[in-house]
Amino acid sequence: MRQPTPAVLVLEDGTRFEGYSFGHEAPAAGEVVFNTAMTGYPESLTDPSYEGQILVTTFPLLGNYGVPPQGGSPDLSEYLESSRIHCRAIIAQDYAWEHSHWLADRTLGDWLREEKVAGLYGIDTRALTKHLRESGSMLGKIIFEGQPEPESYDPNVHNLIAETSCTEVREYGPEDGKRVVLVDCGIKHNIIRCLSSRGVRVIRVPWDYDFTGMEYDGLFISNGPGNPDFADKTVEHIRRAMDTGKPICGICMGNQLLAKAAGAKIYKLKYGHRSHNQPVRRVGTNQCYITSQNHGFAVDDSTLPADWEPLFINMNDGTNEGIRHKSRPYFSAQFHPEASSGPRDTEFFFDEFIRLL
Amino acid sequence: MNKDTSIHKVLLLGSGALKIGEAGEFDYSGAQALKAMKEEGLETVLINPNIATVQTSEGFADKIYFLPVTPAFVERVIAKERPDGILLAFGGQTALNCGVELFRSGVLERYGVKVLGTPVRAIIDTEDRELFVEKLDQIDVKTIRSSAASDKASALAIAEELGYPVIVRAAYALGGLGSGFCDNAEELDALVEKALAFSPQVLIEKSLRGWKEIEYEVVRDRFDNCITVCNMENFDPLGIHTGESIVVAPSQTLSNDDYHYLRSLAIKIIRHIGIVGECNVQYAYDPASMDYRVIEVNARLSRSSALASKATGYPLAFVAAKLGLGYGLFDLKNSVTRSTSAFFEPALDYVVVKIPRWDLGKFHGVKREIGSSMKSVGEVMAIGRTFEEAFQKGLRMIGQGMHGFVENRDFKVDDLERALADPTDKRVFAIAAAMKAGMDVDRIHELTKIDRWFLFKLHNIIATAAELEGYDGVDAIPAELMRLAKQQGFSDFQIARSVIKDAMADGEAGVLAVRERRKALGIVPVVKQIDTLAAEYPAMTNYLYLTYNGTQNDVDYLHDHRSVIVLGSGAYRIGSSVEFDWCSVNALMTVKKEGWRSVMINYNPETVSTDYDACDRLYFDELTFERVMDIIDLEQPHGTILSVGGQIPNNLATRLDARGVNILGTSARSIDNAEDRHKFSAMLDRLGIDQPRWRELTSLDDIHQFVAEVGYPVLVRPSYVLSGAAMNVCSNDDELVRFLSLAANVSKQHPVVVTEFIQDAKEVEMDAVAREGEIKAYAISEHIEYAGVHSGDATIQFPPQKLYVETMRRIKKVSAKIAKALNISGPFNIQFLAKDNDIKVIECNLRASRSFPFVSKVLKINFIDLATRIMLGHDVEKPAKSAFDLDYVGVKASQFSFSRLQGADPVLGVDMSSTGEVGCLGEMTSEAVLKSLLSVGQRIPQKGVLLSSGGAKHKAAMLDAARMLDARGYRIYATEGTQRFLEENGVKATRVYKPGEEGKPTALDILHSHDVDLVVNIPRDLSSAEITSGYIIRRAAIDLNIPLLTNARLASAFIGAFTSLSPDTVEIKAWDEY
Repeated sequence: MRQPTPAVLVLEDGTRFEGYSFGHEAPAAGEVVFNTAMTGYPESLTDPSYEGQILVTTFPLLGNYGVPPQGGSPDLSEYLESSRIHCRAIIAQDYAWEHSHWLADRTLGDWLREEKVAGLYGIDTRALTKHLRESGSMLGKIIFEGQPEPESYDPNVHNLIAETSCTEVREYGPEDGKRVVLVDCGIKHNIIRCLSSRGVRVIRVPWDYDFTGMEYDGLFISNGPGNPDFADKTVEHIRRAMDTGKPICGICMGNQLLAKAAGAKIYKLKYGHRSHNQPVRRVGTNQCYITSQNHGFAVDDSTLPADWEPLFINMNDGTNEGIRHKSRPYFSAQFHPEASSGPRDTEFFFDEFIRLL
Repeated sequence: MNKDTSIHKVLLLGSGALKIGEAGEFDYSGAQALKAMKEEGLETVLINPNIATVQTSEGFADKIYFLPVTPAFVERVIAKERPDGILLAFGGQTALNCGVELFRSGVLERYGVKVLGTPVRAIIDTEDRELFVEKLDQIDVKTIRSSAASDKASALAIAEELGYPVIVRAAYALGGLGSGFCDNAEELDALVEKALAFSPQVLIEKSLRGWKEIEYEVVRDRFDNCITVCNMENFDPLGIHTGESIVVAPSQTLSNDDYHYLRSLAIKIIRHIGIVGECNVQYAYDPASMDYRVIEVNARLSRSSALASKATGYPLAFVAAKLGLGYGLFDLKNSVTRSTSAFFEPALDYVVVKIPRWDLGKFHGVKREIGSSMKSVGEVMAIGRTFEEAFQKGLRMIGQGMHGFVENRDFKVDDLERALADPTDKRVFAIAAAMKAGMDVDRIHELTKIDRWFLFKLHNIIATAAELEGYDGVDAIPAELMRLAKQQGFSDFQIARSVIKDAMADGEAGVLAVRERRKALGIVPVVKQIDTLAAEYPAMTNYLYLTYNGTQNDVDYLHDHRSVIVLGSGAYRIGSSVEFDWCSVNALMTVKKEGWRSVMINYNPETVSTDYDACDRLYFDELTFERVMDIIDLEQPHGTILSVGGQIPNNLATRLDARGVNILGTSARSIDNAEDRHKFSAMLDRLGIDQPRWRELTSLDDIHQFVAEVGYPVLVRPSYVLSGAAMNVCSNDDELVRFLSLAANVSKQHPVVVTEFIQDAKEVEMDAVAREGEIKAYAISEHIEYAGVHSGDATIQFPPQKLYVETMRRIKKVSAKIAKALNISGPFNIQFLAKDNDIKVIECNLRASRSFPFVSKVLKINFIDLATRIMLGHDVEKPAKSAFDLDYVGVKASQFSFSRLQGADPVLGVDMSSTGEVGCLGEMTSEAVLKSLLSVGQRIPQKGVLLSSGGAKHKAAMLDAARMLDARGYRIYATEGTQRFLEENGVKATRVYKPGEEGKPTALDILHSHDVDLVVNIPRDLSSAEITSGYIIRRAAIDLNIPLLTNARLASAFIGAFTSLSPDTVEIKAWDEY
């Protein structure tokens, strides 16, 4: 029998879940969130929106297909969503010690150890998920016997956008394409791929970069981790960009920042939306989409100014899933049209943006 | 809301009798669709001759017609009922094909019947291979390149061009009928001929053996909104029909890119085809790249969709039916959470494994290889939170004596590598043997092409077993190892055997020791809910399973003793199928109606009893002693009902009773007294009730001595069977010796039961319900065939038409005596032989029998409702005597699936071989015989009939029928003896030559030329010889899709019926009009 190292997840309310380690064996702390997707752990782990979080996968089997190579460059990975793992830890019911996939070049456990990220299995993730659903997302720590207990870590009080954003301007895609300024609030690489593959020149700028003086045809605000209140600088830039009347689009954090720039309010959801199966409906139509989501905050529809309106709503809980300006080319989505991981049904969102340029 | 308000009355086509490739899943689909229609307040009409189904029960449809699902009959029902809409997608290929024909012939248009859901045009696009490829070409979706051929020469030319191996498929055939792989021209030649007999067209394509096989279940509404409810991955790679494969859901070896690449394609495909409702898309997927081919699209509910519904909790058939009425997915709610939208894709937090159940051992001569054509008769679904757990559960559920992946009887095989490379129904155990012998995962992968991931997981089980085997005795097992074993799905029995080893003489003691030890260690399973959203939202339903991979129960236990557990019937198999699902569902309904909470345990995804709204709590789990006890420990019910799920629950009676379980109804002691041959026999002697003479014997000499006493033929039942069927009739010394030396073992350890076989006796069934030994309701029915045909294969008429009043009276008296002696409370069945006015008891089961739904529906008295109320201790009133007096008759006929069982001798014998049944009503027997036989695939011949009856008695028995054929102008062909006999009796017949005889035309010639369209071939005696000329003729008839009858009395009844009645004029009446 394998002799794995025991480890415990302790939640801030004192609830304990005992399991075993398959990753890096050092204490970790963060906000515990669950995701109900059944595939896509390499993408999720490298999604900057998970910065500072301990990810619980409700699908009980983890690591089945190993980990693909990074590919590409640190600026634009071929198979992953950023250049490193952003989660503090990942937790599942069962771990596949042996993987099988033609593209994989290492096991999930190897990768976690390389990047010094904890991984736990043998935990009743369904019970844990129900607990988070009833009590809301909460902080947690992973403790190993004989190692010091870590300090608690609350990602909501840190400016994670600054921590995950790039620090200098980079460009992608054809030089002669329309110019899209892409504000990196902790971007998933697939947004860059989705834009550049559609023939536009992407100018990726740091979250607090003042792009308002640049020459561009459209503005795109990326996803990103944590609390949108830390991005007041970005909001200010967006507000100024609105004066030009050029198309503005946003995804996830981008939706929240655009809403803030418009004057609406944001609030924290009890346990957020993290899954591949969130149904959204385009307001006023019979068009419905299955979307990939990963967010803990949402736009409060009732605070939208009169010249703005909801673009999409969530069909399960009625929360906002996107907004648009009633007369100007500004719109955004709370879900992830770039998917990766998750369903790709809303990639048309990029086409709609590019058509406006 | 977007409902189509022009629809008030809807016709639903069922799938008819259960057959290989089309089984219980369509009872479930149809029942769901009817429920959806009812919820909308629509009037419903159902055509389905399968009288044992739940959907044909009172309350499901407003009008039920027990008639063949054929264009002619359906048209007559349409003319009578004038429905506004028709549902074609819920009755399998049978309903779909019938619907396409009605569309093409203009019937639907003529009567203004609107096809609800997917338009017929789209169905045709998916069914016709050439149109299908063309359609997908339009959107650049890759299909398996195939070319159509309508004769052998062009088929050969295509195969030469593609290069072998190739796969041959017959168009418009269900479940891969007539399909197969060919490695060379010779194999192609044989297969194409067979396939062309079923279909005007065959398709030849390049084989992609070794690719993964992946399926998506997709739903689309008329607003173009699409979801994929579930994807599934076959454990066995491409080349094995998905119905023959172990299947896992969701897919396990696909990355996110793989998963969503194929998902997006599936949506693109169904949008282009224009499905409204549900369909599935099957892919072949390259294990080393993202290359794919679309294998097929089924534009209807299917076996896979039933499985997907059960695997996810998403009611596909129910939703598809609603979409057919015009709703959008956004109009409907998730029926588990009842708050979130039905437009979503389920997230699973468990893994599901489906394993097929084969019954190949029941047939003589059948090939055991599995491949692109389906042979399995049922399936199970196992749920766990590790793959290992679900997989081992599943192997126990299929009920073929296996305890899981390990700790089984030794798997003996001469050539292990071949057993891995050439898949059979036993391959999974060859994998276990190979791993145990030290073969590594890579080598097994090379031989089987099964993805390494699955093999790694299976190897975990082997490693744990090896570790357990290092300990001696139950108390020596460390707690952590015990827990790991349970988390990997080991049963208490497997653990016991691994540590007690050969010394495990008393299995029960070992099992109980493991149970006690693990409970002392706190190692007990927890109950988890299937909720469609992986706990993201609270679930309002109690769809449950047990797992050792967890620490908390999802449900609370009240322990108020107000629940009643009903044990279901497990996997459909030959001898136990949808009839026990009907019994289970009816018992649940009565339990609920009488004010108790109903609890179901069952694991068959094809059933209605495993629909989570059929009961208050559904445990989708094993029916083993261990698991049932686990659930009883948790649930602490008022009592448990064992008598409505067939033999599986019945077999648990003694063990459950020993643990103090409150068994409702007849006591475990009485059950044992009826099941134990010696005890039962002694009781009959005591009561002065006659039975055929029998003895349990341990040597050939003793057997000969007994035979000298009773005379041939005798029925021989070995307790240990080497190969082939378990029971046999032997007519002479030669057969007896051959059977006992070749096929079975006779010794002190393996005694043989020999019973005198009474010829030309009638077989009579008594189905009844008693309370404390007093019969409250009964039904006596009569077999059309003489004894010797298994009661599950026989054609049964109820009420009896040709039984002496004296015989009836005696049967009632004897039954009353037995009921009293065993103090029966609940359902039971007794089988009798009747000859002259003598009756003998041959079998007694203290549980509901196969014919309960049939007699209940014909009589319109629900025997299960009555029995359940009795078992609950509630008052029942005896139905009035006049209720037993009917002025119509019901005939139950059996459905055989020999066409799927390559090589099997399609002859009826003492072992059961039918896969399903129908029951039709008529004003007179001939009318009911005609409807029921047409329902099981017999056709009225248009040209000629081949008669070949061995033995003078059979020839004489067929004479009247031959005269009727002659009088109606049929051309009669006959083999030598039969032809001479007919000519001597003034019936014209053309001599044909048997295989092996010189002369033209041969019997095979006229079969191949299709000059005959009915074959009556009656074997000389009851023993099953190997390759006789009779076998060759019978098999050819089956392979060429020519109706075949092998019993003189049944053939006479059918011929009598179709020569005197026309299906165009027989009366069409709904059930409630009788």
